[in-house]
Amino acid sequence: MDVQATHSTRARRRRLAAALRLVAGLAALVLPAWAGDFTASTAPLPPTLRDTGLYVDGSMSRVRPENLPFSPQYALWSDGAAKRRWIYLPPGTFIDAARPEAWEFPPGTRLWKEFAHARAVETRYIERLRDGSWRYAAYVWNEDGTDAVLAPEGGRTGLRAAGAPEGRYDIPAQADCRACHEGARVPVLGFGALQLSPDRDPGAVHGTAAGPADVDLRSLVARGLVRNLPASLTERPPRIAASSATARAALGYLHGNCGHCHSGTDSAPPVDLLLAQDIGDAAATDRVLRSMIGRASLYPAAGHATGARVVAPGSARASVIATRMRSRDPQVQMPPLGTRIPDDEGLSLVERWINSLEPTKETAP
Amino acid sequence: MKRTIAFLRAIVLASALAVPALSAAQAPAARADDAAPSGATQDTASAATTKVARGKYLVTVAGCNDCHTPLKLGSNGPEPDMSRMLSGHPESLAMPPAPRLPDGPWQVTAAATSTAWSGPWGVSFTANLTPDAETGLGRWSFRNFKDTIRTGRHLGRGRPILPPMPIPMYKHFTDEDLEAIYAFLRTIPPIRNQVPLPVAPPALSTAASQ
Repeated sequence: MDVQATHSTRARRRRLAAALRLVAGLAALVLPAWAGDFTASTAPLPPTLRDTGLYVDGSMSRVRPENLPFSPQYALWSDGAAKRRWIYLPPGTFIDAARPEAWEFPPGTRLWKEFAHARAVETRYIERLRDGSWRYAAYVWNEDGTDAVLAPEGGRTGLRAAGAPEGRYDIPAQADCRACHEGARVPVLGFGALQLSPDRDPGAVHGTAAGPADVDLRSLVARGLVRNLPASLTERPPRIAASSATARAALGYLHGNCGHCHSGTDSAPPVDLLLAQDIGDAAATDRVLRSMIGRASLYPAAGHATGARVVAPGSARASVIATRMRSRDPQVQMPPLGTRIPDDEGLSLVERWINSLEPTKETAP
Repeated sequence: MKRTIAFLRAIVLASALAVPALSAAQAPAARADDAAPSGATQDTASAATTKVARGKYLVTVAGCNDCHTPLKLGSNGPEPDMSRMLSGHPESLAMPPAPRLPDGPWQVTAAATSTAWSGPWGVSFTANLTPDAETGLGRWSFRNFKDTIRTGRHLGRGRPILPPMPIPMYKHFTDEDLEAIYAFLRTIPPIRNQVPLPVAPPALSTAASQ
């Protein structure tokens, strides 16, 4: 009798849950129609950069004051393109920074990144929609710099751009945007506690000094745009706890260029290599180091013996990480997307760091 | 208020009717297992077993074995070597350079095992799909697997997956089908077999070595 009663209660609960799911489903269909603005997930992408709200009306150069410029301290290598970046948060909203390296951005957040080789070539755009999902677009500039229009969903290869390697520039497909951005703990890369720390790394390669108008962690917290940041990070600006200046810069470089895939999430490649720093966790940098130094690589790289090390301490030449960073064979190269030529300066920094590590018995020449 | 309650009651009733109907609709697919379905027994298998059976069915009819299980020469001609089921191009079979074909419509050559393919993309070797941790899919999360099939990139974010892997067709698998295939692939015997890396076409290898 008791058993029957329990069964019937369970069945009732299941039916109620099903009904609620149906109601929620109907609501999800109806709500975006109500919203009726750019945050509706079914709305088409803005057809031109002008329509994304980056510039003041009638201009393609004067950025609206509510779009805040910023510069991450560990920049992503993009074949030497000069970059500018802005973020927009809807009025009255803020970023929840309770998880210091997985910030929660409010719906309506927009970010832009401009890529220039002598002239602006492309501006990439990310937007968080009302339903919490993210969408990505690329806008291609005309040669006169008077307009930038939405690139095809599949991107464009080999666009003519003086100053780019071999004078050619590739616009990523929207799937490529997702490949990098959605492998990370949060799809916004380059706008987090470590990247915006006022304690900037003087050894960062391709590092640019923050511009006078740039927001950083301190100003964002002061303006109430970033909230719930652990107090320890407000009092002492985040920096990578490394044993030397070279190690700090190298780990920062790997964080900024590789950490969005080697992120420790379930979408990360199934190898032990972890390159994303977690500034809220004192043990995180040590975890990063242990994931690569002396670890056997699963990658059967040409030119390396079986069991080659990801990082062979004291020998960049024997380290798989350096081999793959140096290659631009699409089957070998790291990162796999977004560049035509390797980053000599970044590679040289990582090699210097590897060569500075104490060799172990196995890696000593 | 009364109307709302009546509406909700209608939904509850409708879903009570719909749920068993759906389950019944799914059951035959779940039993489409292998060549010897018992047919007479009630489907009492757990959801996990059901999913694995569905995955086995999909792997069988979608032709995964055609390239990922090496062919061997049997008494009636080439047949899949099921002792190496889905373990990809055999590590022990080092391939000589692929023949250079003259210009014209003949562009692709394949190894007798059907596990190595040469064409304008270079040379590709079929992957080890068994759950071996170091040489197969043992460490892969479902997300890794799904992202690979959906994007045509290794792990969804890495190197491009090369022909003849039919990504343009397979990317249309539903999430449920991919979950079933992944679940089945976890259950097959792990085989340690390190598949070689693809070989770039001649023009690219020259560019890469510069």
